[in-house]
Amino acid sequence: MSEEQIKNLEEQFEARIARDEKIEPKDWMPEKYRQTHIRQISQHAHSEIVGMLPEGNWITRAPSLRRKVALLAKVQDEAGHGLYLYSACETLGISRDELYEQLHSGKAKYSSIFNYPTVTWADIGAIGWLVDGAAIINQVPLCSTSFGPYARAMVRVCKEESFHQRQGYEIMLKLCNGTPEQKEMAQDALNRWWWPSLMMLGPTDDMSVHTEQSMKWKLKRKTNDELRQQFIDQTVPQADILGLTIPDSDLKWNEERQSYDFGEIDWDEFWQVVKGHGPMNNARMKARVGAWERGEWVRDAAMAHAEKQQERKNKQVV
Amino acid sequence: MSNKKNWPLWEVFVRSKNGLEHRHFGSLHAADAEMALENARDVYTRRNEGVSIWVVESKHITASNPEHNGELFEPAQDKVYRHPTFYDLPDDVKHM
Ligand SMILES: [Fe+2]
Ligand SMILES: [Fe+2]
Repeated sequence: MSEEQIKNLEEQFEARIARDEKIEPKDWMPEKYRQTHIRQISQHAHSEIVGMLPEGNWITRAPSLRRKVALLAKVQDEAGHGLYLYSACETLGISRDELYEQLHSGKAKYSSIFNYPTVTWADIGAIGWLVDGAAIINQVPLCSTSFGPYARAMVRVCKEESFHQRQGYEIMLKLCNGTPEQKEMAQDALNRWWWPSLMMLGPTDDMSVHTEQSMKWKLKRKTNDELRQQFIDQTVPQADILGLTIPDSDLKWNEERQSYDFGEIDWDEFWQVVKGHGPMNNARMKARVGAWERGEWVRDAAMAHAEKQQERKNKQVV
Repeated sequence: MSNKKNWPLWEVFVRSKNGLEHRHFGSLHAADAEMALENARDVYTRRNEGVSIWVVESKHITASNPEHNGELFEPAQDKVYRHPTFYDLPDDVKHM
């Protein structure tokens, strides 16, 4: 194809997206669109998968059967989210094995929030309330993104997320209405998860490199700072109901903006964690790679069994 | 890494209730058809989304090429006589 032809195709392509048409896997697409989507969808999938680890930590120690079945169901949903997203990503021509390889080798990133430890039961409450809360804010606009398989996966994911957040908030509510020690535990979890949750919505707009292109392709509908403000504005009243204090002395209602002003985010910490120096980066990767390697004989055995069955069937036909 | 074969890809179709057609829900990897059905149940029907599942190995699906959409679908565009509004009838003809 000549440069002229490609330029033509690209213009038609951008126009389709501007008209709110969806792009499907076999349609022609610019190489950059393909690569950007592989990167974003796979990062998203990896985050769902690694995100199971901090919560999985508490399944066997959930304080009641009710909490345990809920947490199990939530973690199972996250596995499902990872699988919807991996298969959406594979439609762009990358194999599941390559995707895993990128995660396991550290080439691909996942959300840095999952590199923090879950040290008490209240952390499970805080994750559902704050981390799933921030994830919902990130994900809802993606339900109408331009790439069909990604948009369809996100519709499914968003339907399932609201239970995640509600179960987390209910845990917090119970602790806050409990003994002083339990309430203190809830406050401590909020103190530790608040700032990482704000960071989860991504670098500030002036630091964010992909915003303009992502807006065009509807991978983003609001900027990181807008999403963060939305998250803060909706979460502060929820903390008030719990009777907890947001750990930010600069947080205050701005009558003029009809929004909360908030303090400086420690972006050094964010970049440290992204670069692999968070408290749990190594543990997470070790757990993930270990699970994959320990499962290898099972995967091989299943494949060998399937082939044997197939051979047997073929012989019967002859 | 061993030189094992990877689990193939399967497409999953789910009938959400009787009376409706099976609809494409997504895909997954599994060693064989039986496992694909079991995995499809866990991945795509955790909240009563279905009453029946079909799985088919993705390699068995032949898909049309969007680049040929013109020759495939455009011929239907000028066949307006396939639509009821093409036919001129007086207004007093009822029930038609
Ligand atoms: Fe999720
Ligand atoms: Fe979730």
